[in-house]
Amino acid sequence: MAHHDDQSYAADPVYAAREPIHPKGVQGRFRRFKNLVLLVAYSVFFLLPWLRWERASGPDQAVMFDIPSRRYYLFDLVIHPQDMFLLAGFLILAAWLLFFVTGLVGRAFCGYFCFQTLWTDTFMKVEALVQGNRNKRMRLEKQPWNAEKIAKKGVTVAIWTAIAFWTGFTFTAYWANAPQLLVDFFTLDAAKAAYITTGILTATTLLAAGFAREQVCIYMCPYARFQSVMFDKQTLLVSYDAARGEGSSGRGALKKGLMTLDERHAEGVGDCIDCQLCVQVCPTGIDIRDGLQLECISCGLCIDACDQIMTKRGWPTGLIRYASEEELETGEKPSLLTFRTIGYGVATLAATSLLLYGILARAPADLSVQQVRQPLFTVLSSGDIQNNYNVKINNKLQRPLDFRLSLEGLPTARVSVVGDFDGLSVPADGSRRFLVHVRAPGDTQVDRREIEFVLTEQNGRIEPLEHDASFVFR
Amino acid sequence: MSQPKKNKPGQVETTGHVWDGDLREYNNPLPRWWLWAFYATIVFAVVYWILYPAWPYGDSYTKGINTVEYTVEGENGEEKTVTEHWNTRALFTKSMQSSPSALAQQEWIDKVEGMSFEEIEQDPDTLQFAMSVGHGTFGDFCAACHGAGGQGKIGLFPNLADNAWLHGNSYDTIVSKIEGGINGMMPAQNVPEDTIDDLAKYVLSLSGNAEISGEAASRGKQAFASCAGCHGQDAQGNDGIGAPNLADAIWDVADVPGCGDDLGCKVDEITHVVNNGIQRQMPAFGDRLTETQIRMLAIYVRQLGGN
Repeated sequence: MAHHDDQSYAADPVYAAREPIHPKGVQGRFRRFKNLVLLVAYSVFFLLPWLRWERASGPDQAVMFDIPSRRYYLFDLVIHPQDMFLLAGFLILAAWLLFFVTGLVGRAFCGYFCFQTLWTDTFMKVEALVQGNRNKRMRLEKQPWNAEKIAKKGVTVAIWTAIAFWTGFTFTAYWANAPQLLVDFFTLDAAKAAYITTGILTATTLLAAGFAREQVCIYMCPYARFQSVMFDKQTLLVSYDAARGEGSSGRGALKKGLMTLDERHAEGVGDCIDCQLCVQVCPTGIDIRDGLQLECISCGLCIDACDQIMTKRGWPTGLIRYASEEELETGEKPSLLTFRTIGYGVATLAATSLLLYGILARAPADLSVQQVRQPLFTVLSSGDIQNNYNVKINNKLQRPLDFRLSLEGLPTARVSVVGDFDGLSVPADGSRRFLVHVRAPGDTQVDRREIEFVLTEQNGRIEPLEHDASFVFR
Repeated sequence: MSQPKKNKPGQVETTGHVWDGDLREYNNPLPRWWLWAFYATIVFAVVYWILYPAWPYGDSYTKGINTVEYTVEGENGEEKTVTEHWNTRALFTKSMQSSPSALAQQEWIDKVEGMSFEEIEQDPDTLQFAMSVGHGTFGDFCAACHGAGGQGKIGLFPNLADNAWLHGNSYDTIVSKIEGGINGMMPAQNVPEDTIDDLAKYVLSLSGNAEISGEAASRGKQAFASCAGCHGQDAQGNDGIGAPNLADAIWDVADVPGCGDDLGCKVDEITHVVNNGIQRQMPAFGDRLTETQIRMLAIYVRQLGGN
């Protein structure tokens, strides 16, 4: 039962306004790594749809997800709808890899690879280019809406929109012939889905990377929430070494008598000079010195900022560094070879091998035979029994296959394929259905016999395909 | 109203509710964008009401300003454009006329129109399309009597899945029978009581369902003379008038196979047909189906049992 306790109910506002965050630019190894990831990720994402690829049949685009013809083209790999379990395998692999990496180095995905992080980073670079550094941006934010502010904010949003549009269009280009789509898109001849997809992605990219930013990570993304179950004391985190930074009587700004490490240690003051640089560079606007927080995306920029200051002072770097909770408590780096990391590592390897096996061992063609069940059997004028079967042959190869159908398990049976053609030919990367009549003299001994359809490729291009069925006499 | 107190980090006010003695609910404010999203859903609803049918009033409802256009054939065969308020039935009609899949289907139908039956049989893809459409048409128009797989109902509706064809199995015949319908009739025969048994046994003996010899056989054969006018001297039937072959294993009206080895039952079945005759009608579909639909239906039906 709920009841009101003594505490009086304070009427809080129903919403909290977002405080805009204007991170300061910073140089360092993590910034360089982030730039490198950004460059590689953007090159792959933006250029891949334009890469051409030679194929015997199908589009000449290296990577194309062709929904209308139900084919996923990935270079020389063509994924058919019945291979979709590979997608499940890929997702399982991605999950294990994520657990493995998270177990080792915490939220590395969030800080360096997540598209929200990448696009927010890009949009912030645009902001810095147009509006200047952190101080200028904050001044502009406070400024009334005069011509300067309108111009600078307007140009920023215009560039953002252009990037967002090209992002949305590039995504759409994966699902169609990219060069043709580009022409069709601007001559208004493209499919409605192309405009809707591009439109939605333009809007969401602009919104998420331009305006919502860290709110996406804090409120919308589930990963921040379930990280807590994937962390343990050995997980590497972006951590503030509180013992070193706070000393015995807290951090302290640089001032006379507290200029060198020796002076500070003598006073019991820690190594943190409270310069706030780690707070200013943080893209989610938190203070890493408050410890592990769900807002932290582990981007490492505060490490760069702190190292920069420490280097400038000639003090040892690493006041903020990648360290596990255990290391901060005991001062010893825990071994990475824990049961958990090894387990996730093995699982990742196993998932990778299974996926590779699944891709390499895909059947070149498949045969499905379904007996017509209404009626199961028919008595013919001669007294023979007829059963009908729907035979579907799916050719996943890039060349046509010619089959001959035969039957095993019922020597008296005669097989005939409906239609006036020789053999069963199936075009490259295509499928065909055939109706097959099987006739056999009546049998007084049994109600049904197990039979097997055998499909032999006439030029021996693939191994014969087999499919079980039964022949019903009565 | 009091201003909310500025709390230290980690110290958020609770709503004041307490469950189970110690469970309290933090009173964290919502982010403002969340509130905007909430307002956006309200705006969405209002826009929806304006565009689409929404509010009932009296025995009617608000129609919305969105419309659907499609074409119908007028009384004189000319095409008329109909505009209706947005509704799924009109959308369905429209997409059956102009959706990409409808247009793709039309291409195939045009292809079938331009091909002879022989050409269709030689082209696996067109044959597959024609049989698939024929199967659908069969389900809509034929299956009610002939059964989902054309297996018919003995005594009532002919089996189309076997290889016996009352009227022959040329495509032209099948098409003309679907177009014009069939009036299947065998007059009741006035066979004297003392010969009907022999006649029945004689008929059964033609297909190996009974043995008859001597005088009984000659009486039966003599009585069969009045049947031979339609069924033929050798009882092989006559597909010109739809008279079935009585000497094969297929029984369409008299349920001889259903009797097993019971000769009396078989004789009763035959006697019943001879005494009462047969009256079966199939309606004409020429005015309900297009010519191409009937051609595809004929292909499907002809392949059900083969030849």
